[in-house]
Amino acid sequence: MQLNSNVPSGPLEGKWDRYKFDLKKVNPANKRKFEVIVVGTGLAGGSAAATMADLGYHVKNFCIQDTPRRAHSIAAQGGINAAKNYPGDGDSVYNLFYDTIKGGDYRAREANVYRLAQNANAIIDHCVATGVPFAREYGGLHANRSFGGAQVSRTFYARGQTGQQLLLGVYGQLSRQIGLGGVEMYARRDILDIVIVDGCARGVICRNLVTGEIERHSAHAVVLATGGYDNVYFLSTSGMHSNVSACWAAYKKGAAFANPCYTQIHPTCITVHGDYQSKLTLMSESLRNDGRIWVPKKAGDNRSPEQIPENERDYYLERKYPSFGNLVPRDVASRNAKMACDEGRGVGNTGLAVYLDFTEAIQRDGEDVIRAKYGNLFQMYDKIQDEDPYKVPMKIYPAIHYVMGGTWVDYNLMTTRNGLFCLGGANFSDHGANRLGASALMQGLSDGYFVLPYTIGGYLATQSLTDVDTSHQAFKDSETQLNEKLNKLMNINGKRTVDDIHKELGHYMWEYCGMARNDAGLKEGIQKISALREEFWQNVNVTGSSKDFNQTLEKGYRLADYLEFGELLARDALTREESCGGHFREESQTEENEAKRDDENFCHVAAWEYAGEGKTPILNKEPLVFESVKLTQRSYK
Amino acid sequence: MEEKFINLTLKVWRQKLGEKKGKIETYQAKNISTDASFLEMLDIVNDDLTIKGIEPIAFDHDCREGICGMCGQVVNGYAHGEEKGTTLCQLHMRRFKDGDTVFVEPFRAKAFKVVKDLVVDRSAFDKIIQAGGYITAKAGGAPDANNLPVTYETCELAMNGAECIGCGACVAACPNASAMLFVGAKISHLALLPQGRPEAAKRALAMVRTMDSCGFGNCSNERECEASCPKNIEITNIARLNREFLSAGVCSTAM
Ligand SMILES: Cc1cc2nc3c(=O)[nH]c(=O)nc-3n(C[C@H](O)[C@H](O)[C@H](O)COP(=O)(O)OP(=O)(O)OC[C@H]3O[C@@H](n4cnc5c(N)ncnc54)[C@H](O)[C@@H]3O)c2cc1C
Ligand code: SF4
Ligand code: FES
Repeated sequence: MQLNSNVPSGPLEGKWDRYKFDLKKVNPANKRKFEVIVVGTGLAGGSAAATMADLGYHVKNFCIQDTPRRAHSIAAQGGINAAKNYPGDGDSVYNLFYDTIKGGDYRAREANVYRLAQNANAIIDHCVATGVPFAREYGGLHANRSFGGAQVSRTFYARGQTGQQLLLGVYGQLSRQIGLGGVEMYARRDILDIVIVDGCARGVICRNLVTGEIERHSAHAVVLATGGYDNVYFLSTSGMHSNVSACWAAYKKGAAFANPCYTQIHPTCITVHGDYQSKLTLMSESLRNDGRIWVPKKAGDNRSPEQIPENERDYYLERKYPSFGNLVPRDVASRNAKMACDEGRGVGNTGLAVYLDFTEAIQRDGEDVIRAKYGNLFQMYDKIQDEDPYKVPMKIYPAIHYVMGGTWVDYNLMTTRNGLFCLGGANFSDHGANRLGASALMQGLSDGYFVLPYTIGGYLATQSLTDVDTSHQAFKDSETQLNEKLNKLMNINGKRTVDDIHKELGHYMWEYCGMARNDAGLKEGIQKISALREEFWQNVNVTGSSKDFNQTLEKGYRLADYLEFGELLARDALTREESCGGHFREESQTEENEAKRDDENFCHVAAWEYAGEGKTPILNKEPLVFESVKLTQRSYK
Repeated sequence: MEEKFINLTLKVWRQKLGEKKGKIETYQAKNISTDASFLEMLDIVNDDLTIKGIEPIAFDHDCREGICGMCGQVVNGYAHGEEKGTTLCQLHMRRFKDGDTVFVEPFRAKAFKVVKDLVVDRSAFDKIIQAGGYITAKAGGAPDANNLPVTYETCELAMNGAECIGCGACVAACPNASAMLFVGAKISHLALLPQGRPEAAKRALAMVRTMDSCGFGNCSNERECEASCPKNIEITNIARLNREFLSAGVCSTAM
C-alpha cells in the first residue's frame, strides 16, 4: 500500500494557502451535479455537510440518532482552543501549533497541525456569527480559560456545555440547508458498508433503524465523520451509540486504519460503581483551573478529607510539575493518579480515586463565582455521586475518553481509498499520541468548515467518474453480504446477552490495553479477545427480528466489529515498542516513570491494511518528518 | 446516601412498530442498586427479558449524561420523572423505594407519534428549526469575534435559552401539547444576540407557523412545561417569543 501524505512542500506557514491556490476548483454551476454522502452530523460531519451544500453540492447526510442535533459532540464540556490572544498573554498561531504537536508527543504531522492552528481563529469568528454564546467578560468581550498542556488562556467556552453550543450552531447551519433542499437528511440510519466501484467510493449501504430495511445510496464521494471508537472499552465517556463500524467497513474496503492503540485516558472522570454501569461521566478538564488534585501522603489513610491536615496531603501534580501544576496534559495526570492509587494512597471505598478539591477556590472567589463557571458539572456530579462537591472534594479517577487513532487520511483528508474521506474524531490526523484538551472540537470544525469543502473540490474536479446508480452490481453484492451477516447474528440464539459479552471485551481492553501496557499482557489480551470473538458467534442472543426497530441487533453488529477491531488495537500496541503520549509501554519509561519515546525506531504513523478474513493485517509506516519543531523529551516540570 | 438494593414492579407501555395501539405489561425489576440510573435499571430489566426470550423494551438514549436530549419517558405521570431539573438518564434509583410500582410510558402528543414501546418521533422539532431557527452565515466571511460586544448579562440570558436540549418533555407535559417553551427558548437565544437581530422577525414568524402546522397546540399558561423541563428553561422565554412574534407581525416587510 502506498501512503502518500500529499503534504505540500515549502515553508510551514504558507503551505495551506499555496495548496488551496493550487487545488483544482469546481465551478459553481458544476457543483450542483455532484452528490456527496456525509456520514455523521457531529461537529465534523454537520459542518462539512452544511458548508458543502452552501457551496452548491448536493449532500446526503446520515446519522444514527433521531435528529442530527444529538451527535456526541453535544457532550463536550470544557471548551475550544484558538490563538486569538484576547487575554494578551502572548499567544500566537505558532504557539498553538507548538503546544498541540508537543502535547501529541511528536506523533502527528507538522503540516496538519499547523493548518489546524491557522484555522482556529476563523472557527471562533464563524461560530460567533452563527450565534454560539461563548462566555463574555463584563465589558462585553470574550472570556477565556486555561486548559492542560498550555501556559496561556486560549480556550473559549459556553458554561460547561461548549460542545452543545457548538453543535447547536452547526445544527442551525445544517437545518438551514435541509430547509433549502441542499442537504437530504437521513436520521436513524446505520452505515454498515461502503460501496466501491472502479476503485472509488461511490456509495453506502445502510440499515434503517426504524424499519430494519437495508437501503442503498450512491454518490460521487463518501465522507465518514462517525466519531471515535472509545466504546471498544465498553465503559467510556462516549455516547452509547459510538461505534467503529463505518470505519471498520471502510478498512475492509481498503482504507487503512492508523494508530489504533493511541487512546486517551482522561484523568478526571466520576469513579466506577457497580457492574450494571453503562457509561462513565467526565468532569471537564476545565475544573483543573480551580480544583486541586491530591491524595493523602500516607498509604491507607482513610480519614475523611476534611480531617486530613494540609501537611499530610500530597498535591502530587503541583509537587512534581511546578510549571504546569494541575494543568499538565491528560496522559501525565492520568498516569500519576494511577501511580498514587497503586501505592495504596487512593481514596474512597475502592481506593481507586483521588480528590479534586475546590475548597481553596471557593474560599478565594466565593461559591457564586465557582457556580457560574462550573455549575452544571457540579450538579451532574451531585446527581450521580449523591455528594455535594461544594462541600466535599470530588472523587475522580481516569477513564477512557477519546481515541487519537482512526482512519488514515492524507493532507486532503482522503483515506487510502479514492473518493473516501474521513473527518473529525474518526480520523487519526492531528493529535498524535495524546490530544490536548479543547482541541478536538477545533479539529472537527476545522475539518468540516474549512478543509474538506476545498479539498473535496480538488478531488471531484480531477476525476472522470462514470454515472453509477444503486442498481450497480457492487451495491447488490454489498447488500447480500450484509444480509448474510445479519441473518447469522439473528440465528445464533445463544445464552449470553450482547452487553454481557461487551463488558467482558471492555474488561480485557482495560486490563491489557489500558493505562499501562506490556508485551506479555498484550499477547494474552489478543488471545482472549480472539477467543471471546469465537464465543460471541456461537453464544450471543439477539432477540426480535432484523426487519424491525431492534436495538439489540444494533448493539450486536457494533460489538461484532469491536471484537475484530479490539484485536487490531492490541496488535498495534504490541508493535509499538515505545511509550508515547497515551500509549504507555511499561518497558519504555524514564527513571522518573515518564513515557520514553524511541524516535529512532518509532517516529512514524502505523497504518494497518486489511489482508482478508482471518489473515494478519499488514503494517505500513508513514515516516513523520519534522522540519519546524525539534523533537525533545516532553517535559512539564 | 448509602447504596441499597431494591425491587420494583414496572408497568411498561409496549407498542409494536407500525401499530396504533399498545398496552401496559408488568415486569419485575429485581435487586436494583440505588446508585444505578433509571436507564441502567431498564438495561438490567432488558437483559433479564432477553435471557427469557422476551423482546427487550425499546427506548431512546445516547449520552446518558443529560445533554443530548434523546432520552425521555413519562415516569409515574411525570415527563423525565418527578425530580426537578433532571433528564431521565440522570434520574437515579435512590429516588425510589423498595416495593414501589412504577409506570413507564412514552411522551405523548399529537405531533410526536409513538415509533415503538417508549420511542417517539420528535422530528417535528427539526422542522421548526429548519424553518428559521438559525442565523444565516457563510463559513469564512465572519468578522472578528470581538467586533460585536455582548454584555455579560445578555449573554447569560441568551445562554439560558440556548441550553434547551430538544427533548420534548415540555410538549409531553403540556395539556395542549404546545411547543411554545421549545420554540421560545430558541427564539430568545437568537433574538437576544446582536448577530441574531437581522433575521429576528422573519424567524419568529416562520417558526411559529411551522409549529402550528406540525400539530402542536396553543399555550394557555399552564406552566407544566416549565415544571417538567430538565434544563429549567423558564417561561419568560415564551413571553419573549410572543413579543418577537407580535412585533414581527406589525413589521409587514418581514411577512
Ligand atoms: C464527555 C466529552 C467531553 C468532551 N469535551 C471536549 C472539550 O471540552 N473540548 C474538545 O475539544 N473536545 C472535547 N471532547 C471531544 C470531542 O467532543 C469529540 O472528539 C468531537 O466532538 C467529535 O466530533 P465528531 O463530529 O468527529 O463526532 P461525533 O460528534 O461523535 O459525531 C458522530 C456522528 O456520526 C454518526 N455516526 C456514527 N457512526 C455511524 C454509522 N455507522 N452510521 C451512521 N452514522 C453514524 C453519529 O450519529 C453522529 O452524528 C469531549 C468528548 C466527550 C465524550
Ligand atoms: S424547553 Fe426544556 S423540556 Fe422543552 S425541549 Fe427544551 S429542554 Fe426539553
Ligand atoms: S440520554 Fe442524553 S439526555 Fe438522556
